[in-house]
Amino acid sequence: MLKVNVYVTLKKEILDAQGLVIKKAIKQIGFDNVNEVRFGKFIQIEINDNNKSEEEIKKEIDYLSDKLLANPNIENYKYEIVRN
Amino acid sequence: MLKGRKPYFGILVFPGTNCEMDCYYVLNNLLKVNCKYIWHQETKDDDINAIIIPGGFSYGDYLRSGAIAKFSPVMSFVRDFAQNGGLVIGICNGFQILLEENLLPGAMLRNNTLKFICKYVNLKVEDADNPFTSNYNKGEIIKMPIRHNEGNYYIDENGLKKLKENNQILLRYCDENGNVNTDANPNGSVENIAGICNESRNVFGLMPHPEASCEKILGSDDGLNIFKSMIDFISKF
Repeated sequence: MLKVNVYVTLKKEILDAQGLVIKKAIKQIGFDNVNEVRFGKFIQIEINDNNKSEEEIKKEIDYLSDKLLANPNIENYKYEIVRN
Repeated sequence: MLKGRKPYFGILVFPGTNCEMDCYYVLNNLLKVNCKYIWHQETKDDDINAIIIPGGFSYGDYLRSGAIAKFSPVMSFVRDFAQNGGLVIGICNGFQILLEENLLPGAMLRNNTLKFICKYVNLKVEDADNPFTSNYNKGEIIKMPIRHNEGNYYIDENGLKKLKENNQILLRYCDENGNVNTDANPNGSVENIAGICNESRNVFGLMPHPEASCEKILGSDDGLNIFKSMIDFISKF
């Protein structure tokens, strides 16, 4: 079995209103050294297939991310594959 | 291909759609035209000549508004219907679905206020040369309600340029005197955009709710002309 951790965030050039508000709250708590906060989504996918090559899995996750998990117009994604 | 016919509207219903009855009421009771609900599992329909994707929270707005709905069986029918020139209007969540489906360019972000907004807004009709706003005058100021959390329309610079070149921006948020400025922008949308159509002008998406502003008793009947424009377009040879 393997796990894929997908992280989705807004593209750099897009104003992240939620990130800004979180940053404000962090400063309110007393941490003045915070430059930027970006808010995003974390999606964990478990796959029952150990026979696929890294390459094949990456191809599938890229496809899935472009089509469903992220909106390429506004979001970037990255992921890590964890084998058990 | 779908002109010169008796108007017959199909109103899509996804799990979580909640404005379908208002649309049905306006078409059936106020405008006396044929309409019916189309469940999201349907894959074809030979009766209708216009599609409404109404507002609501299809699939609970999970992941992103409209992101799951685009994989419903009915959406391949909508795609074909639109590609063949059929009229498709997406209202609020329907607009979000059309964006996710790439039948319209751009995307929706959360309102820059980070609040759900529910209020009447003033809108400027930027273009009247299309099947959806032809019953208004260009430059007319109309009033409709918005109620959304993700109505902050985003498009990149190139996309915006294209929208302007092809007169695809049909509605903009404005103040009561028609001034399009930041103060009149409720949600942070690029250039106050409230509604756009596709390049072939047969697919229209808007965040305001015309179906909720079709009778004076509701505070405005300015939305009625959206549906009337569509009916005229379909009926005319």
